Amino acid sequence: MNAAKWRRAMNTGPTTGPTRPLPRAATQPAKPAPDPYADSSAPRWLKALWRTVSPRHVFVLALLLLVPFVASPFVTYQVAAQSLILGLIALSLSFLAGYGGIVSLAQMTVAGIAGYAVAVLGASGTASSLGWHWGLVVPLALLIAVVCSTLVGWLSVRTDGIYTIMITLAIGVAFYYLVLQNYSVFNGFQGFQKVYPPTVWGISWRSPMPFYFLCLFWALAGYFAIQWLVRTPFGIALQGTRDNARRMNSLGFNVTATRVLAYAVSGLLAGVGGVLLVWYNGLISPGSVGTGWLINVLVIAVLGGMKHPIGAFLGAIVFILLQTFAIDLIDRERFNLVIGGVFLAIVLFSPDGLLGLWAKLRMHFGPSQVLTSTTQRR
Amino acid sequence: MTRNERFATWLLVGGPIAVFSVWALADNTRLYLVTLLNSLTLASLYFIVASGFTLVFGLMRNVNLAHGSLYLLGGYVGYVVARETGWWIIALAAGFLAAAIAGLLIQVLILRRMQGQELRQTMVTIGLSIVIADLLLMVFTGQVHQMEAPSFLQGPIRDIPLIKAYSAYRLSLLGFGIAIGLFLWWLLNRTLVGSMIRAGVDDRAMLAAAGVNVNLVFAVTFALGAGLAGLGGVIGAVELSMVPGEDTRLLLASLIVVIVGGMGSVTGAAIGAAILGLAETYGLAYAPTYSVVFTFVILIVVLAFRPRGIMGRPA
Repeated sequence: MNAAKWRRAMNTGPTTGPTRPLPRAATQPAKPAPDPYADSSAPRWLKALWRTVSPRHVFVLALLLLVPFVASPFVTYQVAAQSLILGLIALSLSFLAGYGGIVSLAQMTVAGIAGYAVAVLGASGTASSLGWHWGLVVPLALLIAVVCSTLVGWLSVRTDGIYTIMITLAIGVAFYYLVLQNYSVFNGFQGFQKVYPPTVWGISWRSPMPFYFLCLFWALAGYFAIQWLVRTPFGIALQGTRDNARRMNSLGFNVTATRVLAYAVSGLLAGVGGVLLVWYNGLISPGSVGTGWLINVLVIAVLGGMKHPIGAFLGAIVFILLQTFAIDLIDRERFNLVIGGVFLAIVLFSPDGLLGLWAKLRMHFGPSQVLTSTTQRR
Repeated sequence: MTRNERFATWLLVGGPIAVFSVWALADNTRLYLVTLLNSLTLASLYFIVASGFTLVFGLMRNVNLAHGSLYLLGGYVGYVVARETGWWIIALAAGFLAAAIAGLLIQVLILRRMQGQELRQTMVTIGLSIVIADLLLMVFTGQVHQMEAPSFLQGPIRDIPLIKAYSAYRLSLLGFGIAIGLFLWWLLNRTLVGSMIRAGVDDRAMLAAAGVNVNLVFAVTFALGAGLAGLGGVIGAVELSMVPGEDTRLLLASLIVVIVGGMGSVTGAAIGAAILGLAETYGLAYAPTYSVVFTFVILIVVLAFRPRGIMGRPA
């Protein structure tokens, strides 16, 4: 069955809840504008690119590329690069939650597992590190992250909905206590210091500008990978399991396998984020995978909105800006109060996060948008 | 499950435990017995806190992740009241009341507005737990607060055969756990409110159609569940001491207890608490670095064979 048929099958089904996001294709205008380049001899991919890219995409990309040249190294490193990394980790959650309907709190744990793998296998300031070459360590760390994420998925997809959040939280906190109490492998409370990115091609990837571009590359890669993935048959099937798992099951889809695969994909994203995060901080300790951070990832994803991959990065930027600059206005110790309050306000008043807020504003003030589906909806 | 399968399960689970028990009893009888008492008393505390959690979940399908914060709130309020009045019993009541009122406010002011949206409710409780934890940190700072045991429970009980001496307060925890278990059993099985709660667990819509004010039942149950967390906070404040971070620990314990025992079942909470208490304490006594791993392995094994917990029923 192809993707178009699927979309139709999904759209004719009963809506499962008021917050069900429309498939991206369905929110586009009813009739695409006639393509002025249809008869030119340009290659197909160029035409497709021309159709999908709008001025705002170019604007955002230019802005992203210009940041390190305009802003101070502090902003480049502490604000921009950190936002990209946290955005990538939050993206792994927002992919699971937005498209799979699975809210997992263990994403930071998966990222932390990748980070710990880098610290344990690679070089660090602690004697127990094995000091292998980074070219071996990083793929291994990602592999371990994917395997662990798959295991978490295998454990938690046996139960659904509200249970998932509890089980993943339990797994995450259990991992925190494991690294806290274990000294032989994870070096206990101290963790690992001086875990730095390697120097490759004569570039020290630790200095702000190269590190920013490294993060930008992987963030964009993750963003476009998710954009592409949700339109593949697997992505459509995943959205089907979110909307009506029982129907997907009776149609012959293996719901469990689809969900576990989604966990594996999110594990890869979180793993990349985790490797970058440990390089960013230069250290990893139990505090990096504590409950606070498990929840912060959820806060970031919800803050931005889970209906579109961009929400994760939006949430990360707001989170980092609050973290960096809110302490000028209030006591540094009270940051949790601010972020908790903002999170509460978002959940209470705008369940779709900043993206939902933006959509609401556009509906009120902007030009009228055609928001009907391309296919018939009953 | 056929009879043979059941027999095999018992053999597979009970066999290694029996072998370990015989070895440990022969090796060091006192250590084994003291650990047994320690684990059962810890299990009582876990049961008191987790029973509130499971009660709320069973009726409202509402995972209250602020449960740990309510525990800490009850503990701190109890501490202040005990310091001012000097009466431990009053502190116990105050802790229960403070958490119950906080829970009532959360239910009536916030959660009721989003009835039926389970995920959103859960996220709200996450936000609340962040805010409450930070407010408590602001008021009580990060210092360790320790409550004193009431005078009649201070000091050890001596001349117990084989164990010699054991803390009286710790032993009283066991009594508390059993008393609250019996009270909950009586409440749920012998009173009108209890029968409403049980009916609500089975079918909320039908209960409402029968003319019961479901919102009132929800509010009462939520207050009771939150109050049990606060009660646990006062009891635990003597034994475990109060620091920021205890809320997460007790929340994790409650989560594991109800996941293992089966969500919404008070009996399941008792079984889960006993298993968690035993695993944690024996792990600490016999293999200190890996005590968390034991808990985790139990969680995995239970989920692999009974995804809804030992006493869980399909929703």
